[in-house]
Amino acid sequence: MTVSTQPSSAPTAGGSPPGSVSTPAPAHTGSRVTRALGALCLVGLAAVAVLGLVGTKADATQGDAARLIYVHVPVAIVMNIGFMVTALGSAMWLWKKSRWWDTVAAASAEVGVVFTGLCLATGMVWGRPVWGVYWTWDARLTSTALLFLLYLGYLAVRRLPADTDTRNRRSAFVALLAAVDVPIVYYSVSWWRSLHQPATLSLDTKIQGLMLFTLMLGMATFCLFYVWLLVHRFRVGWLEDEVERTQLSVALAERRAEAAVPAGEAPAVSGDAPAGTGEARVGS
Amino acid sequence: MTDAGYVAAGYVLVFGTLLGYSVRVLLRGRRLSKQVPPEDRRWM
Repeated sequence: MTVSTQPSSAPTAGGSPPGSVSTPAPAHTGSRVTRALGALCLVGLAAVAVLGLVGTKADATQGDAARLIYVHVPVAIVMNIGFMVTALGSAMWLWKKSRWWDTVAAASAEVGVVFTGLCLATGMVWGRPVWGVYWTWDARLTSTALLFLLYLGYLAVRRLPADTDTRNRRSAFVALLAAVDVPIVYYSVSWWRSLHQPATLSLDTKIQGLMLFTLMLGMATFCLFYVWLLVHRFRVGWLEDEVERTQLSVALAERRAEAAVPAGEAPAVSGDAPAGTGEARVGS
Repeated sequence: MTDAGYVAAGYVLVFGTLLGYSVRVLLRGRRLSKQVPPEDRRWM
């Protein structure tokens, strides 16, 4: 990998590059599209909360506990989407070796882990009044817990000290291995005798009317929210890489400047790279 | 705890966690954006 930096673009404590006279860009990860999407998500989430908590009737068999379905099922769907996107990003990185795809995979994995944690937590909160226990070693629950641990492992692998290519390759393989558990989670209620109920939505589904609408609204809203989170988390990941590359280049430029100073003279160390080091190229 | 208590706990858990995580991601983005020149923020 080769990284090229210009001294004029080295970041400063003030946040703007030295010599920059253009209008300062907004210092955040938002854009017009994400703001519109975020507003839509807020409206959708508020509607799901109102409909789920007070708009719909209690279920005939599960009572008020069924209201948790309106958040639990959408969260579970986003969990699956998140890890499928991670697998896709990882496969694409192995094929194209594109930084863009690796950043997508990492961003989606972190968002997916958050949603998996919520899926497990809401499932436990729902299980206590309906099953009488918070947790049981059921196939669906166990495979979901395994998925959670696998993707925590994926995030841990990404933090291991290594050069960028090695880190990306390791994490891509881990993501593809972990993705095997996604269909196992989904089909676990069909493949094994399970305490967990079968899919809430199917061709012979019993749910209808406002309950069905609330559930569908929840699924659409949480999917949009996932996209919003993914875009922001992707941009954060991109910025982290930029900062890391810039810091590395500046540090190397300073070391070269020190080495170039004749013995006995104190090296001039400053935040800016000295003249002649602007084309510093880092091979790794 | 009644069923309503479990339902409230579930909703608070979901919306509270998502709000907290969203704020964390946005703040990380703001902090990092200040260290990166505008031309490297390609979404702007």
